Amino acid sequence: MRISTEWLAEWVRPDWDTRTLAHRLTMAGFEVEGVEAAAPDFSGVVVARLLECNALPRAEKLSLCLVDGGDGEPVQVVCGAPNARAGMLTAFAKVGAELPGGQKIGKARLRGVESLGMLCSARELGLGESHEGILDLPDSLTVGEDLRDALALDDAVLELSLTPNRGDALSILGIAREVSALSGEPLEGVGMEPVPAAIDGCFDVRLVDSAACPRFAGRVIRGIRPDAKTPLWMVERLRRAGLRSVSPVVDVTNYVMLELGQPMHAYDLRRLDHHIDVRFARSGERLELLDGSDVELHPDVLVIADRSAPVGIAGVMGGEKSGIAEDTTDVFLEAAFFAPAAIAGRARRFGMQTDASQRFERGVDPTLQERAAERATSLLTSMAGGKPGPLIVTESVTDLPPRAVVQVSPASVGRLLGVRIPDAEIESILLRLGMRVEREGPEMRLTAPSYRFDIAIEQDVTEEIARVYGYDAIPAADAPVPQLPGPATELVTPRERASTLLADRSYQEVITYSFVDAAMQRRFEPEAELLELSNPIASDMGAMRRSLWPGLCRVLLDNVRRQQGRVRLFELGARFPVERGLLHERLSLAGLAWGEAYPEQWGLPSRGVDFFDVKGDVEALLGLTGRRHLRFEPAQVHCLHPGRTARITHGSTVLGLLGELHPELCRTLELKSAPVLFELDYAPSFSSELPVFHEVSRFPAIRRDLAVVVSDSVPIDKIRESVLSAAGERLVELRVFDIYRGKGIEPGAKSVALGLILQETSRTLTDTDADVMVAAVVARLKNDHNATIRE
Amino acid sequence: MQDLESLTEEALARVGASADVAQLDAVRVTLLGKKGSITSMLKQLGGLSPEERRAVGARINEAKDQLAAAIEARRAELERAELDRELAAGTIDVTAPGRGQRQGGLHPVTRTRLRIEEIFRQAGFSVAEGPEVEDDFHNFEALNIPADHPARAMHDTFYFPDGRLLRTHTSPVQIRALRKSGVPLRIIAPGRVYRCDSDMTHTPMFHQVEGLVVDEGISFAHLKAVLAHFVEAFFERPRDLRFRPSYFPFTEPSAEVDIQCVHCDGAGCRACKQTGWLEVLGCGMVHPNVLAACGVDPERWQGYAFGLGIDRMAFLRYAVTDLRLFFENDLRFLRQFNRG
Repeated sequence: MRISTEWLAEWVRPDWDTRTLAHRLTMAGFEVEGVEAAAPDFSGVVVARLLECNALPRAEKLSLCLVDGGDGEPVQVVCGAPNARAGMLTAFAKVGAELPGGQKIGKARLRGVESLGMLCSARELGLGESHEGILDLPDSLTVGEDLRDALALDDAVLELSLTPNRGDALSILGIAREVSALSGEPLEGVGMEPVPAAIDGCFDVRLVDSAACPRFAGRVIRGIRPDAKTPLWMVERLRRAGLRSVSPVVDVTNYVMLELGQPMHAYDLRRLDHHIDVRFARSGERLELLDGSDVELHPDVLVIADRSAPVGIAGVMGGEKSGIAEDTTDVFLEAAFFAPAAIAGRARRFGMQTDASQRFERGVDPTLQERAAERATSLLTSMAGGKPGPLIVTESVTDLPPRAVVQVSPASVGRLLGVRIPDAEIESILLRLGMRVEREGPEMRLTAPSYRFDIAIEQDVTEEIARVYGYDAIPAADAPVPQLPGPATELVTPRERASTLLADRSYQEVITYSFVDAAMQRRFEPEAELLELSNPIASDMGAMRRSLWPGLCRVLLDNVRRQQGRVRLFELGARFPVERGLLHERLSLAGLAWGEAYPEQWGLPSRGVDFFDVKGDVEALLGLTGRRHLRFEPAQVHCLHPGRTARITHGSTVLGLLGELHPELCRTLELKSAPVLFELDYAPSFSSELPVFHEVSRFPAIRRDLAVVVSDSVPIDKIRESVLSAAGERLVELRVFDIYRGKGIEPGAKSVALGLILQETSRTLTDTDADVMVAAVVARLKNDHNATIRE
Repeated sequence: MQDLESLTEEALARVGASADVAQLDAVRVTLLGKKGSITSMLKQLGGLSPEERRAVGARINEAKDQLAAAIEARRAELERAELDRELAAGTIDVTAPGRGQRQGGLHPVTRTRLRIEEIFRQAGFSVAEGPEVEDDFHNFEALNIPADHPARAMHDTFYFPDGRLLRTHTSPVQIRALRKSGVPLRIIAPGRVYRCDSDMTHTPMFHQVEGLVVDEGISFAHLKAVLAHFVEAFFERPRDLRFRPSYFPFTEPSAEVDIQCVHCDGAGCRACKQTGWLEVLGCGMVHPNVLAACGVDPERWQGYAFGLGIDRMAFLRYAVTDLRLFFENDLRFLRQFNRG
């Protein structure tokens, strides 16, 4: 909300400069986000009268004006404005003036005629968008007066950010009340005088749903001049508040809303049929609104309706048909109180936030309606003439919100804040805030003013006390820390340990959005159920990721585009798979390696990263848990190479997947080589085993090497299993140190070189022991896999 | 004995001329070996008188010692030369780059989150978590934000067709933790949150840390202290804090906290829009309705809560200029944080 300090000063005048005012408001909960000058810098512009105004010969659009700038001697100025006319007052930039943006005004010749200065439009002075003609200043101004003084342009406008609980502060009056409470300066009353009725005309209002609208002040005004203009001072105040001038009737309703906080509406009386009902809409009713949109109304939308149809959405926006037209002379003014619950959320549903809805859904003072209607009547009739009828208030007293009554204990206020504020000071603060305070022993019983909708419990009052007392005045104090040593489990590998391991192995952590492009996701899992957002921020961010891979691949592509030749990424975050309609949100750790296996260097041959590079990383990761019996089983997954994919399991639990991206997907993504990907569900993958001590043998180990030839279809894992079970506990380590296919081995077979490290804890093993074990291993391999010893 | 002198002279010359240890050994054998010339001279002493034998023997032995010493000296010389050659041949260019992987690293937001967790752990907080796909109850209702509450407009919520939503803040973890663990409670809850908003200073996904302490006698003064300590620990230098009254439906009283600008120390700069202050977090005393919704008696227990933007803290700490960089995942950007 924008608050002109000049306007505010009409209501309350503390001895504060703008900076202090901004600071005090900010520290009281009304954050001042910026302070703007009401007009940009310019100088040398005065109020001037056009004494003569004649068409310039041979120049269609130009006129030659004789201008009195108050210096005694009139000067001649060439002007192109269509509205220039003899007798008017306007803004005159004299020779030597400087306009916004630094433009200097000098003597000029136009069409051979000397021009001594410039007549200015609103836009040229930074006072608005209007550039249709020069400023038409009211006759009440003094010729020769500096325009900045004449229009109070050296005004500062505060840009305030208001919290939704303080609907009462959405006006000059509301902010003035706060400033008065903070400074102790009295609040002035402006425009309090009722306007007597000049005619009998009135219009019938019925509160059909009186709980939603318990109060409605209405007034007929007939015979206003349709050609009346809004005076410049009001245009200026509206402009500083961020509103454009529309017409006297609309401007007055806006002005009163800005000043008092009561949204108003004016109807063209011609367009209202018989009477007004304030009621909830009927199913199927429609309404064309002032902004041109056509909306369907639901039965929970409160409307203002005449005998035949709705003419406005209560508290949100009026209808097009009954709006003020250029030739409107008879109007019906509305100043109503709508219950916040009847308005809240409705505007948002129609995709519009209006100044009215913003105020009504936060709460408008239910005692304000007559005052606002009187103020509007007085302003409008002074600007545009017209004869007011009597002010008619229709109300349902029992439906009006009662004033909040709250019991407050200064002791518990002190307990919540951590500082004991003296009772007298508490009482003084509450009184300044417009509360009625009654002492009841050690407690206080207070009644909130009618304009406050955010005071319900003691804590609300505590905040009021604290913010006027000053949050900064509350001393900081250390709380005692309970003697409860925290958990430090060894049964789960900490996430930062897993992440650090990957970082140390050259992976860069990334954070990608949890929503991805549904099309990209479907490339990975064409048949999968997707959890899609109803209101995505962009069409390619519409589906919750089932896997971190689409995001990682996106990052890969982005970085390839940025000329990165080697990419290793990982991410730790939730994925959102849906199975048969049920969401299983779970934490996932996924990685991707692409490009060279190592950074290009002199000391290692160049080669692309492959499955086993990444498998080594995954084994190291899972090795953090100390768990054995992890398995990598061949698997088929849509997005991965069918011959280069492993499902990682522990017992019957699936931990995740590892594999090379499917060549077809690589082509679709225009990747020149395939990335290797892994993804692990964190919880099952990283439950750790507590290390348990085993005795270390003091006796030397024996190594026996063995090369066996088996069919290529026999997985290494099966060979390992056979060896382990045949050799027993004395086999302390089994190394696979070569896998060979090619010359010397028949096609379809491979030679596997095994290194067996044998050791016993109680004695030194003999060659005979070793021979016996090797023989058993060979026999088992022969039996299980038809393996032969390679000589 | 002219013989011995010339023999010695000639032998010394041969020792000196030996080019390597093998040659030197050969020379040693011809002189001092079993059949060497000096050895044979000693053998011939038997034919001399005892007096002559003593005199001649002494001179021969002297020559023998002289030769043996010369041979050892030459051997040492040759061995050193050989080692020098070996070392010279084995010299490498130590300026060539080392072999192996390049170091990766953690994302700056993770790095910041870990520091924040560490700081609060030291103050006795433990880390709690909750789901990112939330329901209306935990994200809004239980936090005293009923349907159609104007505060909902501030949240720009992402919804799913069934009415569930992406959590707009980490505050629902307050509800889950209170309902699960009860009181007293002292937690922080870091995590991803989502708002349907995107510009220079907003990304549709970002990270928050929620803090919640509920106990007997916890006051606003305690909240002020813990945040002041945290900010100083995080920036590793004292910072002025400013608590401004604000509004959150789930705290009362509520505050927004500004810190003295980390770039200009409060003098005023572009980062702080010349105010000298940077807004970093929202906080307040837990609203009794929130405690009641979690089955906690607000008459007995009170507490504070705060919510802090992790990305914003990383942004300030590392002087990043655009929040969106955190999620563009440009490796050249991310690698700048691979230290420490």
